[in-house]
Amino acid sequence: MSETILRIALVGNPNCGKTALFNQLTGGRQKVANYAGVTVERKEGRFVAPSGRSFQLLDLPGAYSFAATSPDEAITRDVCLGRYPGEAAPDLIVCVADATNLRLHLRFVLEVRRLGRPVVLALNMMDAAKRRGIVIDVDELQRRLGVPVVQTIAVQRGGAKALIERVDGEVPEAAPSDPIPLTASEVHAEVRELLAATVTTPRQTAAVDDALDRWALHPVMGMVILAGLMFFIFQAVFSWAKPVMDGIQAGITWLGAWVTAFLPAGSALHSLLNDGVFAGLGAVLVFLPQILILFFFILVLEESGYLPRAAFLLDRTMFKAGLTGRAFIPLLSSFACAIPGIMATRSINDPRDRLTTIMVAPLMTCSARLPVYTLLIAAFIPHRIVGGVFNLQGIVLFVLYFAGIFSALAVAWVIKRMRRDKSEHALIMELPSYRVPHARDIALGLWERSKIFLRRVGGIILALTVLLWFLASFPGPPADATLPAIDYSLAGRIGHLLHYIFAPIGFNWQICVALVPGLAAREVAVASLGTVYAMSGGEDAVVSQLGTLISHQWSLATALSLLAWYVFAPQCMSTLAVIRRETNSWRNVAIAAGYLFGLAYLASFATYQIAAALS
Amino acid sequence: MRLSELPKGAPAMVQDVEDAHPADPIAQRLRDLGFVSGEPVRIVARGPLGGDPLLVQIGSTRFALRRSEAARVTVRQEATA
Repeated sequence: MSETILRIALVGNPNCGKTALFNQLTGGRQKVANYAGVTVERKEGRFVAPSGRSFQLLDLPGAYSFAATSPDEAITRDVCLGRYPGEAAPDLIVCVADATNLRLHLRFVLEVRRLGRPVVLALNMMDAAKRRGIVIDVDELQRRLGVPVVQTIAVQRGGAKALIERVDGEVPEAAPSDPIPLTASEVHAEVRELLAATVTTPRQTAAVDDALDRWALHPVMGMVILAGLMFFIFQAVFSWAKPVMDGIQAGITWLGAWVTAFLPAGSALHSLLNDGVFAGLGAVLVFLPQILILFFFILVLEESGYLPRAAFLLDRTMFKAGLTGRAFIPLLSSFACAIPGIMATRSINDPRDRLTTIMVAPLMTCSARLPVYTLLIAAFIPHRIVGGVFNLQGIVLFVLYFAGIFSALAVAWVIKRMRRDKSEHALIMELPSYRVPHARDIALGLWERSKIFLRRVGGIILALTVLLWFLASFPGPPADATLPAIDYSLAGRIGHLLHYIFAPIGFNWQICVALVPGLAAREVAVASLGTVYAMSGGEDAVVSQLGTLISHQWSLATALSLLAWYVFAPQCMSTLAVIRRETNSWRNVAIAAGYLFGLAYLASFATYQIAAALS
Repeated sequence: MRLSELPKGAPAMVQDVEDAHPADPIAQRLRDLGFVSGEPVRIVARGPLGGDPLLVQIGSTRFALRRSEAARVTVRQEATA
């Protein structure tokens, strides 16, 4: 027997349970990366058959047809044809089809068979088919198709046994290749013939789907259910993530102190480790609880089949703004944190819609803006009741949230106008059967997301935190320093230079200096303002001292201008790093940062000038 | 009659998918998804705002189609029993 490892490619329609089958076969032995130059996920794994032979398994993106309409489908087609650069043609194609939806899935099976490569058909979800009383004459199907057919249940332990045994045997002979594509009706006639000869279906849809959809897609009840679900998820994100995030912060600080305990307190190395490396590590890890909790819910909604339903309900509203219904969940997640929001845009098929969603996601008011908003509102907006019931401070906070949403819709609309490619964006979205999410698939999904975040994004964040530490620490203050140390550093000098640019929008030089380290993350701005004003003590002490101080030193116009700045300004390296990772382009990062800073400046300018003129 | 005009729940047969413009990828995709002559089709639900998008059942599969997409499909309404 040859020692070469057989390369198998898994292909199939979306929602055929292909990824669950991949997880079943490979377990945790997966490598997730992107195909070179594009942001389509490439998943590869290995498994060993009981005979001891190992196999390499490539999970290709779901496709309805080789007449590709998305980058995902184009990759599936090119890899199957052996035309994708840097990717060897597979030795065997395993085509996965949902046994409860053969009318649709057999079309793709026929297309794959015509490639002229060895093919095995895996009839998946045989358990669901049995439950619905669907009877398939597997031997007859195999005879008519001329390719081996095996039955699988991807979500059941040992459910892929028949498939493993089949691929461990002789590689089946390839069907003759047929380069002339059939028309849609020719393919369909063949499918109809196959179905008539091999499959009996008591009813077209599952009764449980019909019952659930009557509620989930109801014009009124459907919206109520969606709103309730979203409310619950948000409650969970904020109430579950907060204590863990506090714990991580405290743990990292303690670890930093412990590691650097033997170093002299005033030394540069002590400061680099504490304020650079460990602060950077904390900045990366602190996002993890929110990312995990949000993705847990997103994955459950996706696996259960609810996500496309939510997209169905909201498509009209989102479409008017130049987006798609599928953008709703990513944008909603961005209210907690733009990082999981941007990572969740992978469920948007149209690359143009996906890019627009990524571009506007940072405008959603994420939780990191709240410390800045709270500080400024408490210091400058009087605690007064207006109109009998409304708290003025609450109104200002609401206006800030609304400004974010409104500008996101406006920006999406502008992007749609500016785009050169005006061809129609397709919705055409399958609403799959409801399914009980499988714990292993959710766990592997979460594991993947955390790895992507920590590896690809963490490195950039860590490097930039250290760079900002360097800017804020060197050169050190002279011996007879009268001002806070940061004022003598490079960051201080940059801040003073920035003051020329920011004077028209009402920022004093202290704000400008604080903005430089504040580039790391929005919530850092409060701490760095504290540093600039040479506050000491714990975080709470700094906030209360700072509030009193700035309410005396700043004008109301300056405070409002800074609030407006924070609605737009992309003062978050992690967001920019994740845009880089998800769009694979620094150009998109530059565009996003450029337009967000531009909007921030314009909004602050207008706010400051109007407020100054009125007072 | 166009699929976008079909009343909710009324059984119908697909007649044809028309290209909205030459080499229309959306029309081609609809054909690839099984919108071919003689297939039974039905509107299952409508979106909450302005009745858009439509939830269309074809065979055992359900697709959400925007009105403009569904307008490419011509159908013949079946006599209701």
